[in-house]
Amino acid sequence: MASNRARSTRSLQHRRVGDSPAIKWLLIGIAIAVTTGLLIMPLVVIFTEALSSGWSTFADNLLDQYTLHAIGLTLFVAALTVPLNLVFGVALAWLVTRFRFPGRKLLITLIDIPFAVSPVVAGLLYLLLYGRNGWIGNWLADYDIQLMFSWPGIVMVTVFVTCPFVARELIPLMQQQGSEEEEAGVVLGASGWRIFRTITLPNIKWALIYGVVLTNARAVGEFGAVSVVAGNIRGQTNTLPLHVELLYQDYNVVGAFTSASLLAGIAVFTLAAKGFVEWRQARTVIRLQAQETV
Amino acid sequence: MSTANQASAAKSQRWPLTKGRSKRVLPGFGLSLGISLFFISLVLLLPLTGLVIEVSAMSLSEFWFVITDPRVVASYKVTALAALAASLFNGAFGLLLAWVLVRYEFPGKRLIDAVVDLPFALPTAVAGITLATLFAANGWYGQFLTKLGIEVAFTPVGIVVAMVFTSLPFVVRTVQPVLEELAPEDEEAAVSLGASDAHVFRRVIFPALWPALVTGVALSFTRSLGEFGAVIFIAGNMPYISEVTSLMIFIRLQEYDYAAASAIASVILLASLVLLFAITVWQARYLKRLEGR
Repeated sequence: MASNRARSTRSLQHRRVGDSPAIKWLLIGIAIAVTTGLLIMPLVVIFTEALSSGWSTFADNLLDQYTLHAIGLTLFVAALTVPLNLVFGVALAWLVTRFRFPGRKLLITLIDIPFAVSPVVAGLLYLLLYGRNGWIGNWLADYDIQLMFSWPGIVMVTVFVTCPFVARELIPLMQQQGSEEEEAGVVLGASGWRIFRTITLPNIKWALIYGVVLTNARAVGEFGAVSVVAGNIRGQTNTLPLHVELLYQDYNVVGAFTSASLLAGIAVFTLAAKGFVEWRQARTVIRLQAQETV
Repeated sequence: MSTANQASAAKSQRWPLTKGRSKRVLPGFGLSLGISLFFISLVLLLPLTGLVIEVSAMSLSEFWFVITDPRVVASYKVTALAALAASLFNGAFGLLLAWVLVRYEFPGKRLIDAVVDLPFALPTAVAGITLATLFAANGWYGQFLTKLGIEVAFTPVGIVVAMVFTSLPFVVRTVQPVLEELAPEDEEAAVSLGASDAHVFRRVIFPALWPALVTGVALSFTRSLGEFGAVIFIAGNMPYISEVTSLMIFIRLQEYDYAAASAIASVILLASLVLLFAITVWQARYLKRLEGR
């Protein structure tokens, strides 16, 4: 009897908005239905279409000479882009979270530019500067160096489009963690590199890994900016997303979805990596809290 | 590398900064500043010069003629209206999704939470051909919608669908943390005093949420304005009806009319930079208020 009353007062105290079952399940129902229709079904369609003519056609499409070349070029571009943006992202995150200086907020705003700029405009900016008519492109042409309509141009615009991701993952985390541990390292006389390697890196490891995975996903998938500077030369400057477009415009839908399924696979891997990283971070937080209470 | 560290450390020892809050105890200021400034100048700022040069070579009347071409003006309208519709839809549905993910437990919750980020991870071209396939007249969704007399693929509605897809995560991911941080006390007090759910939501919860909601919708709108890959496959790209501005720039480029492409690009670039700046100022203002400073 007494416990019954206690339970009813507790449930009264803890009743919050939207707790009534009717509203709760209505909202959950809408959320599941729209998410399934808008996000999960497209994923299903990609793989269904890719395999719609059977596994052997899938394999044939995959091993097609131009598809293999597109895969190779895409991986090559990502392999150059990701390390560059990794160094930049870590340097910028260290700079804006460990020091206070005039212009700091401006820097944080500037790195959001690639998020706000249309990818076509991004491609155009590079084309105007490094293309044959641009002031740098014109000068390079004298030395017979052509950056646009070849792989260096693709790498350059991909670096532009993906440069915020590592920094954007690191900045909130490093801000939250503060710099006490690193300062202790300085007091104890550790070198800068040693402080970074033994204190900072273990703390930001998982966010850094996710930043890299996300940068990679965007690097292999960039379409708008790359299509402006690549010139779509089959077997030369065709990255995987451009190859998807080319096959789709050729009415080779199964072929297009075969290449698309590779990119979708990378996307699914990216989501899984994010889930894993969040789980690791939550575990670290729980462990730290447990240590504090002990 | 270590010499740069030592140099900057030595520098900050020799000239102790007068402002108390900006003490540079940690090494690497010079190095990280150098890398960041070099990178930002080379990758983000230098390319802008090409656009400035190209546009400033045009006369004002030429520039005006290009950016007010009726077909281009129609593309501004299509882009802005579709982006507005998409970001308002995402405002409503994103709020609902964030609410459901924070407040309730249900089977499949983790999957839903994970898949929200799919639009950020999936290449836009892949999203484009997938949505076009789903909504085509013989597609999984298209065949039902056609019977109802609704056409999505190759119409402006298709543009909205593509924009909804690519910008869905923004509202969810800006509102979610605010909902999580919301202290239950005020809400519980209001509920226990007998206020209806709708009333408490309007008077207690929404006032705390709306700055984040506005930020999310604005980000979603900005992203939609520039969307290209996902849109062009489903839009049908009919002049005056379903051409977005990004595509107009692309078409001018294919005609080798770099000047016209640059003029149109400068309009859309200016719009997105103004939006980005406004969002940043807005965020800084409401963050200050939340922290009670």
